[in-house]
Amino acid sequence: MISLTINGLTHELDIPDEMPLLWAIRDVVGLTGTKFGCGVAQCGCCTVHVGDDAVRSCVTPVGSVAGKSITTIEALGTPEQPHALQLAWVEEEVPQCGYCQSGQLMAISGLLKTNAHPTNDDLAQSITNICRCGTYDRIRKAVARATGGGQQS
Amino acid sequence: MTTLKRADFMRLGSLYGGSLVLGVGAGGCANQSSTAPQSSGPPAATETGGFKPNAWVIVHPDEKVTIFVARSEMGQGVATGMPTIVADELDIPFENVEIEFAPAAAAYVDVAYHIQITGGSFSTMSSWMQLRTAGASARAMLVSAAAKQWGVDASTLTTKAGSVIDAKNDRTATYGSLVAAAAAMPVPAKPVLKTRDQFTLIGKVNKRIDTPLKVNGTAKYGIDVRVPGMKFASILFPPTFGATVKSFDASKAKKVKGVVDVVRVPRGIAVVADNSWAAFQGKAALTVEYDNGPFANASTESLKAEFVKLASSGTGAIKAVERGSKSVPGKHFEALYFGHPVAHATMEPQNATASVTSEGVEVWAPTQVQTAAQLFAAKSAGVPIDKVKIHTTYLGGGFGRRLYVDFSTDAVAVSKAIKAPVQVIWTREDDIQHDLYKPMAANAIDAVLDDRGNLVAMRHTVVMDSILKGLGFPLPPSGLDAISMDSVVNSQYEIPNYQAYYINPNSGVPAGSLRAPGANWNNFVVETFMDELAHAAGKDALAFRLALLKKSPRATAVLKKVATNASWGSPSRGTKQGLAFGFWANTPVATIVEVSMDGNTPQVHRAFVVADVGIAVNPTIVRQQLEGATNYGLSMALASKITIKGGAVQEHNFYDFLVLRIDKAPDIHVDVLENFSSPTGIGELGTVTIGPAVANAVFAINGKRARVLPLSEAYA
Repeated sequence: MISLTINGLTHELDIPDEMPLLWAIRDVVGLTGTKFGCGVAQCGCCTVHVGDDAVRSCVTPVGSVAGKSITTIEALGTPEQPHALQLAWVEEEVPQCGYCQSGQLMAISGLLKTNAHPTNDDLAQSITNICRCGTYDRIRKAVARATGGGQQS
Repeated sequence: MTTLKRADFMRLGSLYGGSLVLGVGAGGCANQSSTAPQSSGPPAATETGGFKPNAWVIVHPDEKVTIFVARSEMGQGVATGMPTIVADELDIPFENVEIEFAPAAAAYVDVAYHIQITGGSFSTMSSWMQLRTAGASARAMLVSAAAKQWGVDASTLTTKAGSVIDAKNDRTATYGSLVAAAAAMPVPAKPVLKTRDQFTLIGKVNKRIDTPLKVNGTAKYGIDVRVPGMKFASILFPPTFGATVKSFDASKAKKVKGVVDVVRVPRGIAVVADNSWAAFQGKAALTVEYDNGPFANASTESLKAEFVKLASSGTGAIKAVERGSKSVPGKHFEALYFGHPVAHATMEPQNATASVTSEGVEVWAPTQVQTAAQLFAAKSAGVPIDKVKIHTTYLGGGFGRRLYVDFSTDAVAVSKAIKAPVQVIWTREDDIQHDLYKPMAANAIDAVLDDRGNLVAMRHTVVMDSILKGLGFPLPPSGLDAISMDSVVNSQYEIPNYQAYYINPNSGVPAGSLRAPGANWNNFVVETFMDELAHAAGKDALAFRLALLKKSPRATAVLKKVATNASWGSPSRGTKQGLAFGFWANTPVATIVEVSMDGNTPQVHRAFVVADVGIAVNPTIVRQQLEGATNYGLSMALASKITIKGGAVQEHNFYDFLVLRIDKAPDIHVDVLENFSSPTGIGELGTVTIGPAVANAVFAINGKRARVLPLSEAYA
């Protein structure tokens, strides 16, 4: 048995230590907001927070995060108090198909914990999440809106 | 675009036999709620006492209005745009709209395609009058109901924001209060539609219904479907195109913790498990022997040699256009182009969930083609079509990949075999290696400039596998595939002497429909060659094109507008500009980019895009589509390619199938013109201009002409 604390709730799960956190979240616990995109830490659809760190859950064995505090998109904000990025995503109409956006939001909200005002260059260097709908320009605008930034470099 | 007849489509069933498996349904997700009730069939009386005048609308007593969305929401915005059209004619506030994805049903077939399909940038264009009429008809019945109640003539009444108004007698009735009475009114034969200046929502709504669900994880995609008792399955497909499984040993796979079964299905071996990861582990533990079939020695090199030879020789060429003379005096130019196949790589890997029971079949799938999903699910399960319910989820990208029902049909086969509900889920490697690709192509093009530098003749031969055939549609007797020839058969340029030919190489690589199929490659050839001709003629690339588009005012306006927006001729410091024009789904588009070079790699700093979309139902969504298609096309232009060795795809995942990330994504400036009487297609055309615009800018920098896509192979 392994103990996972996800969005403040602790789950005792009979799963192998090496199971990637993504599948424990999606298929075992049943929270589907975190997405599967590549399975090899390339696309970032599966990004969650472990403590304050944004991690790619598809390559994070559950054994390595037992007992730690895991946050998924479902708990990034609340209906009453959405995260500033979520509000900005709505204002800028970022999503198209929307499938990658959970991961984009978790990756960038993770970045904001160490860099409250990321520039476009910071996003280019730190955020490697893939969006096949090509919402990148709107992501930049939404981040600028949420962080009061908007610098071009 | 070719119009597909229902009879053609039905023939596809026998055409494919069991080789392409499919299965789909309808139902879905809705405004505000991600788990809206699913409708099991076309309209009937509603349980809540709502008024349902037609297949599209239910007016509820609480003033909410359910509007059915009969096209698949894959990011292109139909779940917002199509209800906007109905709601405008119905004359209700947008806030009152709730959506429900329609089931697979005759009422919802596309009026142009004759099947229920989302593709070709057709949804809004072909449903425009149908949706307006549905809304106007409902409105007329509500007005009639009020007129009867008040004992006045309906012509004295007006509507506004969900109420019928009797201005003369200073009274109003909300739609909700009229639902029972309206249901008794006759359906008007020809309801009066609004004039363009009377629209209250069309062109004015700029938000999307689905955005809130897509920022908090509640939007439900195919992969998120959960059915009580369901298992997860991963299918091992033979790696080589055309191969079959000879034998397999599942003993190791069955020992993987969580694996519950291993079953043979028509297209491969399905490992069934309690969770997706166990299914993947089990699949990796299979030992399989294959019959590799006739394609086992094919490689990119061997195919390329064959394609180029066909393009050069013209062997087997089918006439597409022959206009004017084939022998025109002047200065001759010619070039040969080659394009690699490209995978769709939707962000959501292919998946579907199916439940086959003695009662029938249910399929939940991110599908673009409900009619085919239903048909092939029925075939796979061996039940009549009316026993198959298709539930359409949100789609995590489509781009044409989900016009194929292989994944949903497989899910039905697995569910039938294990007698339980199952979600078949593809790995990214499955998705990259078992796609139906933007086809490999070789194009031969030549042209003649007269002594004043005017383009007087062009001949263009396209060697490309048939996209129509891959879709399951029969080719015309001539064998001409107008989709594979898009941007060539329908060139907008007035070239007095013009010939176009099609050669179908039947290569054996699965050929698919990918965002602006045909055009996404052919327009690269046309527009880079046009740039070359303009340069040879000593003319400005914009002026050269304008001279050939004098009879196309929409195209002319688009080109002039993009030139103004981008300050054509005055690029930002350190960059050069490139221009390209395109035409797709009755929409002209033009793109200008600003590019610099980082070694051999183009860096696109800014892209200016202008399109004439006729009527922008939701201007924000139109902009999103042009931005997104620009970036999707930029991936194809810069780096995405599929290579083949030993009859199998060599790429695996996003580390070797390269796509655009935020670091290389340009700033995109979009402008939208509306010089047509109805909406024209918006979803795909942005892909057709970005590649040639970039290549043309690179020429301006280093004088090198690209003859290949992706451009990663062009400048090395």
